[in-house]
Amino acid sequence: MSPLRRKRLAKIGLLLAGVALAVGLMIMAFQQNMMFFFSTTEVVAGKAPLERDFRVGGMVVEQSVERDPNSLLVQFTLTDYQTLLQVEYSGILPDLFREGQGIVAKGRLNEQGVFVATEVLAKHDENYMPPEVAQSLKPQESAN
Amino acid sequence: MLGELGLFALILAAGFAGLLSVLSLWGAHTAQRGLMHLAPSLALAMFSFAGLSFLLLIVAFLQDDFSLKYVASHSSVHMPTLFKVSAAWGAHEGSLLLWALMLTGWTLAVAYRAKGLTQLEHTRILGILGFISFGFLVFILFTSSPFERLLNVPEDGLGLNPLLQDIALIIHPPLLYMGYVGVAVSFALAIALLWQGEVRKSALAWARSWTLIAWVFLTLGIALGSWWAYYELGWGGWWFWDPVENASLLPWLVSTALIHSLLVSEKRGVLIGWTLLLAILAFAMSLIGAFLVRSGVLTSVHAFATDPTRGTYILLFLLVVIGGALTLFSYQAPKLVKPKPMQLLSKETSLLMNNVLLMVMAASVLLGTLYPLLLDALGLGKLSVGAPYFNAVMIPLTIPLALLMGIGFFLRWKQDHAARLTQALWPLALFSALAVLIGALWLMPDLPIMAVVGLAMTAWVGLGALIWLIQQRVRSGHLPNSALGAVLAHSGFALMLFGIALSSLYGIEKDVRLAPGESYSLKNYQLQFVSVSQGAGANYLTSQARVKLFKDDQFIRELQAEKRLYIGHKMPMTEVAIDAGFTRDIYVALGEPLGDQGAWSFRLQYKPFLRAIWLGALLMALGGLIAVFRRWQMRSKTI
Repeated sequence: MSPLRRKRLAKIGLLLAGVALAVGLMIMAFQQNMMFFFSTTEVVAGKAPLERDFRVGGMVVEQSVERDPNSLLVQFTLTDYQTLLQVEYSGILPDLFREGQGIVAKGRLNEQGVFVATEVLAKHDENYMPPEVAQSLKPQESAN
Repeated sequence: MLGELGLFALILAAGFAGLLSVLSLWGAHTAQRGLMHLAPSLALAMFSFAGLSFLLLIVAFLQDDFSLKYVASHSSVHMPTLFKVSAAWGAHEGSLLLWALMLTGWTLAVAYRAKGLTQLEHTRILGILGFISFGFLVFILFTSSPFERLLNVPEDGLGLNPLLQDIALIIHPPLLYMGYVGVAVSFALAIALLWQGEVRKSALAWARSWTLIAWVFLTLGIALGSWWAYYELGWGGWWFWDPVENASLLPWLVSTALIHSLLVSEKRGVLIGWTLLLAILAFAMSLIGAFLVRSGVLTSVHAFATDPTRGTYILLFLLVVIGGALTLFSYQAPKLVKPKPMQLLSKETSLLMNNVLLMVMAASVLLGTLYPLLLDALGLGKLSVGAPYFNAVMIPLTIPLALLMGIGFFLRWKQDHAARLTQALWPLALFSALAVLIGALWLMPDLPIMAVVGLAMTAWVGLGALIWLIQQRVRSGHLPNSALGAVLAHSGFALMLFGIALSSLYGIEKDVRLAPGESYSLKNYQLQFVSVSQGAGANYLTSQARVKLFKDDQFIRELQAEKRLYIGHKMPMTEVAIDAGFTRDIYVALGEPLGDQGAWSFRLQYKPFLRAIWLGALLMALGGLIAVFRRWQMRSKTI
C-alpha cells in the first residue's frame, strides 16, 4: 500500500469512526428519551412502565375536574370509555383543556395508581382529537 | 363564476407546466433550438395563470364568497380585511396554491437569469422545475382544490382559526415556502448537471446564489415562526421540536451544508459528487416537510384536516422525484467525480467536516421525527421522543461545529501547516479566553459548566469572524468583498448561540397562583397582580389581568395579559403580555380563575437574552443577502 493511499484510508477511517460514534450517541439518546403511548385501559391493566415516563391519552370525563382553590393542583379522570384513570397535575392547563375533550398527558404512575402528569397537551383546534385517542377509542365504537 | 375562472386558470397553469416540462426536456434531448427558446415564455405563461388563480382566490375571500367551501371554512364577514386576504393561505388548499405559485415564480426568475449557464443546462433546469410545478399543480387540482363549490351556501363562514389571525402569521408561511420551494432550483441544476455528465464551475457559482436566496428565506421564515410561537401560543418557548418545526429545520440544515460544499466545489473542484447529492437531499427534505405537514400524519398545531389520498400522492411524488434523482446520481456520479487528493489540514477538509456534522444533525432530527411515525404506521407501537432527545443530540454536535466555524476563516485552501495555523489562531484564542473570563466573572457565582461552553462557543465563532475581518482590512486596505456576508452570518450564529445558552440556562419559568395584590419575584423583578376585568373586542370577549412590573421595587410599567374567547370559537386564547428587552424578557400569561376569591393562575417567565436568538437569525439572513448581492456585483464587473 502506498503511503498516499494509507493516508487516505486513515482519513476515511477517521471520518467513519466519527460518524459511527455520532450515530451511536444518537441511538442511545433516542433509547433513553423515547416515550411510549398507552390508553387508559392499558395503563390500568399494568402494561405501562412504572419506573419511567410515558404518555397516556383519553377523554376527560365530564364533571371530573376538581381544582384545589389554594394551589395549582388539578385532578381529573381520563377514560377510553372502558376504564377510568385518575390524573393529577400541578400547573396551568392548556387553553383547550376541558371536560369531554381528548387530551394527552405525560408523566408516570405513583404508588396509589394515580397518574401524575408533568405535561398536559390539548391541541389548538376545537374539533381536534389526538389521533392516538381516536385510535384507542375506535375498537370500542365499532363494538357498539 | 370567479371560482370557476380560478379553477380554469389553475388548470391552464398545470397545462403550461406540463408543456414546459415535456417540451424543454425533449428540446434539450434532441437539441432543437426552437423548442429550447420556448421555455422562458412557457414559464411566464405558467406563472401568470398560477398567479391569476391565486389572485381570484383572494378576490373570493374579499367578496365573502361563501359558495366556495374553502372560503366558507376559513373566513367570515366579521374578519378584518387584512386577515381575509391572509386567510387565503391560512389552511391546506390555499397554502398549497401559494406554494405552487412560488414554485412557478422561482421558475420564472430562473428563466430570465441564466448568466453562467449553457443554454442546454438552462433549458433542462426549466424543464425539471416545470415537472415539479406540474406535480404540485396536479396535486392541488385532484386532491386540494380551493375552488370547490358548496351546494348549500352558508350566510357566514366559520372564520379563520384565531391563532392565525396575527401579523406574523401573514408573512411566516410565504417566507417559509419561498425557502422550501427555492431549494428546488439547486435540485434542478444538480439533475441537469448529472444528466449532461459534466460539471462546470460557473454553473456551481450560479447555484450558490440561488441556494443562498432560498436559505435566507428559510432562515427568516423559521425565525418568524419561532417568534410567533413564543408570543402567541402561550407556552412561552421559542422552539418545541414539534415535527413541523423539524420539517423546516431539515431543509435548513441540509442547505446550510450545501452552501458550504458549493463553495468548496466552486473554488477547488473537489467534493462535486457530495455537493450534487446535497442538492438532491435538500429538496428531498423540503418534500418530506411537505409530506409531514400536508398528509395529516402528524399530531401538531400545524396539521390541518387529514386526508389519506393527499399523503399517498405526496409520498408517491417524493418517491418518483427523489428516487429518480438518486438513481440518476448513482449512474452518473462516478463519471463526474475525478478523485483529487484533499489534505487533512485545509479549508476544504474543515468545510467537509462541518458538512458531515450538519448532515448528522439533519439525520438525527429526521430519525426523531420519522421513526415514531414509521413505527406507528407499521403498528409496532406508539412512541415519541421529545425535546430531551433532540437536545441530547444537537448540543454535543454543535460544539465541534462551532469549533470548526471559528477556525474555518483562518485555514488556507489546498494545504495548510500546523505551525502557520497556530500562529494565525493565537489572537482568536487569546481574545476568546478573555471574553469567556469576563463573561464568567459577570455570571458568577451561578456558573454551570454549560454556560462556560456556551460563552466559549459564542466567543470562538463570533470573534473568529470579526478578527479575521479586521485582519483582512488591515492587510489589504479594504473589506474583503466575498466574505463580508459570511462574516455577518457567522456572527449571527454566534449571537444565536449566546441567546440560546443564556436564555435556557438562566431562564426562569413558573406557574403560580396569585390573589389580587399578591406579588411574585423573578430574580430582581417583582410582578404584582392587581385585578382581572371583563371586556369585549371587535370579535371576542376578554378577561384582562393587570399586572404591575417592578424592578428592585421600582415601578416600571403595567402589563396586561388576556384570555380571549373569540365569537364562533369555543376555545379560549391566551394573549400574553411581554416586557421585551435585549437583555431580558418578562413574560406573563394569564391562566384560569382559581376559587372564588379572585385568584388566578399565571405563567411567569424571566428569559435573559432571548431576543439574541431571533436577532442572530436576522443577522444570518442579512449576511446571506449581502453575500448574494456582492456576488452579483462582482460578476457584473467581471463580465
